Amino acid sequence: MSADVLRMSAASLAAALAGKQITAEEVTRVFLERIRDVDPQIHAFLRIDEEGALATAREVDRRRDGGENLPRLAGVPVAVKDVMTTVGMPTTVGSAILDGWEPPYDATIVAKLRDNLMPILGKTNMDEFAMGSSTEHSAYGPTRNPWDTDRIPGGSGGGSAAALAALEVPLALGTDTGGSIRQPAAVTGTVGVKPTYGSVSRYGLVALASSLDQAGPCARTVMDAAMLHEVIAGHDPRDSTSLPDPVPDFVGAARRADVGGVRIGIISELTGDGYQAGVMQRFTEAVETYRGLGADIVEVSCPNFSYALAAYYLILPSEASSNLAKFDAMRYGLRVGDDGIATVEQVMARTRDAGFGAEVKRRIMLGTYALSSGYYDEYYGQAQKVRTLVQQDFDAAFEQCDVLISPTCPTTAFRLGEKLEDPLAMYLNDIATIPVNLAGNAALSLPVGLAPEDGLPVGLQIIAPHRQDQRLYNAGAALEAALEDQWDRPFIEGLQ
Amino acid sequence: MNTRTQPKLARLSDALATYEPVIGLEVHVELGTNTKMFCGCPTTFGGSPNSQVCPVCLGLPGSLPVVNRTAIESTIRMGLALNCTIVPWCRFARKNYFYPDMPKDYQISQYDEPICVDGYLDVDVPTDDGVTTVRVEIERVHMEEDTGKLTHAGGAGRIQGADYSLVDYNRAGIPLVEIVTKPVTGTGGLAPAVGRAYVSELRDIMRTLGVSDVRMEEGSLRCDANLSLSRSGEPWGTRTETKNVNSLRSVERALTYEIRRQAAILGAGGSIKQETRHFHEDDGTTTPGRSKEEAEDYRYFPEPDLMPVAPDPAWVEELRATLPEPPSVRRKRLQQEWGISDHDMQSVINAGAVELVELTVAAGVDQASARKWWLGEFSRHANENDMELTDLAVTPAQIADVESLIVEGTLNDKLARQVFEGVLAGEGEPSDVIKKRGLALVSDDSALVGAIDEAIAAMPDVVDKIKGGKVQAAGAIIGQVMKATRGQADAARVRELLLEKLEVS
Ligand SMILES: [Zn+2]
Repeated sequence: MSADVLRMSAASLAAALAGKQITAEEVTRVFLERIRDVDPQIHAFLRIDEEGALATAREVDRRRDGGENLPRLAGVPVAVKDVMTTVGMPTTVGSAILDGWEPPYDATIVAKLRDNLMPILGKTNMDEFAMGSSTEHSAYGPTRNPWDTDRIPGGSGGGSAAALAALEVPLALGTDTGGSIRQPAAVTGTVGVKPTYGSVSRYGLVALASSLDQAGPCARTVMDAAMLHEVIAGHDPRDSTSLPDPVPDFVGAARRADVGGVRIGIISELTGDGYQAGVMQRFTEAVETYRGLGADIVEVSCPNFSYALAAYYLILPSEASSNLAKFDAMRYGLRVGDDGIATVEQVMARTRDAGFGAEVKRRIMLGTYALSSGYYDEYYGQAQKVRTLVQQDFDAAFEQCDVLISPTCPTTAFRLGEKLEDPLAMYLNDIATIPVNLAGNAALSLPVGLAPEDGLPVGLQIIAPHRQDQRLYNAGAALEAALEDQWDRPFIEGLQ
Repeated sequence: MNTRTQPKLARLSDALATYEPVIGLEVHVELGTNTKMFCGCPTTFGGSPNSQVCPVCLGLPGSLPVVNRTAIESTIRMGLALNCTIVPWCRFARKNYFYPDMPKDYQISQYDEPICVDGYLDVDVPTDDGVTTVRVEIERVHMEEDTGKLTHAGGAGRIQGADYSLVDYNRAGIPLVEIVTKPVTGTGGLAPAVGRAYVSELRDIMRTLGVSDVRMEEGSLRCDANLSLSRSGEPWGTRTETKNVNSLRSVERALTYEIRRQAAILGAGGSIKQETRHFHEDDGTTTPGRSKEEAEDYRYFPEPDLMPVAPDPAWVEELRATLPEPPSVRRKRLQQEWGISDHDMQSVINAGAVELVELTVAAGVDQASARKWWLGEFSRHANENDMELTDLAVTPAQIADVESLIVEGTLNDKLARQVFEGVLAGEGEPSDVIKKRGLALVSDDSALVGAIDEAIAAMPDVVDKIKGGKVQAAGAIIGQVMKATRGQADAARVRELLLEKLEVS
């Protein structure tokens, strides 16, 4: 029974719970036990809230027994990236500077999980302040990829993706500033969605780059992601950048799964040179699959994408340098060097020196420099212009097609430590995901097979225009179903 | 009083004979909104430390700001009252610097995209030859949030050398509006008075608009005064920015002090250092603060957590149409209605009694009497008790009541003053005071006639003088009658009756 529960999709679990074939407490216990078994090797979680999760599960069972009509995902366990504030569980953002900080309030999307009676199993590991593509920059040690524990699970949301791949949880939340949901999904063979900017509340997400950050669902199937997305989406009056739109029918779109006549664009700049052969092979096969399903395949060019990475690494550090200023030892978190003699500036400096890791310091320095008087126009100003050009590239491309596709990452999971000393190589891993954040579009990554040369998962990215996130679910679910038919087994079965 | 090393100061007249002062004023006004600029916390003054805070105004990780619409409305109304253009589109910006009173270590402000630009304010400046009107041009009006309040224990109350410091974030996030003038030139020796008159006029406008209670003593209006000197025809000199100028009198004193200090330096062949200076209320001096060379780079950039503000033009027009009458226009109108001289009007303005006199006249009192009460008896009472005129426990309606009793002859001036004494002391309405203190005039002629007869009998020599044509001698008999009636007689009526009796007229 417990082995079945672990492998069940969130949708199937929800159905089993609604049909009273299993209780929420049983489900929650199965996953808590799995975490105890495998997490010492994976280190996907920074902390577990066994008591809180079981309390929610029991409430679900009690209310269901009482005949109440419960939300669709009530009783389905979920994990939360440690970038989101949670009452009753510390929030560290993977940083030593916030070690032990207990927020007095829940992030809006965490509150929505609670409102939907989803047991929150714990907080997942991440690169410090979501800066990184490998989760090696966590102050609490790296997370390992369940496919090969010598490899990275992607980042910054490697914890949530690895937890899904290792069957420690059926659903998780992530945040995506330049690919932090999609790239981990790709390298762990899971599904991750970056919603349209503004369509999911940012209130309670410890900010990295405010104009790029977006929370989204992480899952093992496209349908599961759609269900979780419906839970967390919607207008939030506490977030001024939140869109007023009603939540679209993502689940309906995933159920439709029909790409007949859908125009699918291949972004020529995001294929070919610099992409691993096995990645390209699986991508090309997926394109053929789409063609076979009746989609119109078109090739589009987005010439300004070549500047996207450079613009991103000016905008992100600039905003981050300001967003991370508040970690100054005055009100919460770490305080170093307060010996009664040091000045307030010295305590701030010593704390920040001790509390931030190398990558965080690098980006704070970059951003501080880019915003400096005399350099602002040349750096931040120019980057904003590139941002507009990237948006225009997308606009032009979406005149020719309904969705765009590319490989999610240039390679499969690299080895731990492999790119730690080479930040530029690390940054290049996000080359295909970054343009989406710059433009604020929606995108989804789903697994499309294993690269023949290393047997590791390959991810395909689908990109939709602003506020058309439902197209991701239609196109994603169609491909997912076709691939399942092709391999005649759930993709996730490859896991040991 | 602090003992500070005094720099050499030039005589003001010498300074002005050689140099032309250029002033600039930056005024911060705390808006009187019920809630803070970016969260729902209350803005009431005097709450216990850190009792009016939430994740947003404490800048807790993950929290986000949401703009207070009322604050935007108040700022637009201020801009309109200052004849500014309201821009169709503007943004907030982050001003980045580390300081413990700033929860986020950046302040949400406006930088190169303020909401109101290019306005002006005509201010009436009193001079020896009457009132002169000076146009002060406004560069910008923008919105920002206030910081918390630091209290330093030990170390002479400054952060350097303090044993420890406490922060109260109740003030953090209270909406502030900053009003920045363009440089004001060509006012010569009037410059300090122009500065004062400008701030005073701004304060009246804020009060008239009802957007702030502008209590300088509670810090809801704070002023920075910039000053530079130049020889006529030459480019402007280096300016200093004097902070902590927190009363109308201080504006004038700080500017005067800087004129004298800078003139002494320039006169000795020195040069002015561009710096921030701190004004000291106690001795009227300024001392250097942070020098601009080592000033921080605030690394402004557009606030990504907020959407641009684009006020609907129809809304702006609606706000414009419903602006109250500007205080200067109102003052001119009232002066005309009352038919009084510039000098008399200025006295009313200086006493801060314009509105009170206006309301008193509206209650039916003639303007001369209204001015007499507010500028005389009530101003004296306010001064003695260190109160504002507006805080006195007397109403225009009460003044009207007492005045009608005077006209009727029930009270005279002396008794009326005693009635107000009682009213101000909280003894109730004028009628209550009159009853309790037994203050009504003796208006019964028969009672007076008796007293007059007695006085006539007692002073035959005076009676002879009156009968002999010296009518002015009647004063002695009237005085005697007043004494006999303990002042409660109407002196005019006594005189009438006396002269009737003696058949003189
Ligand atoms: Zn607040």
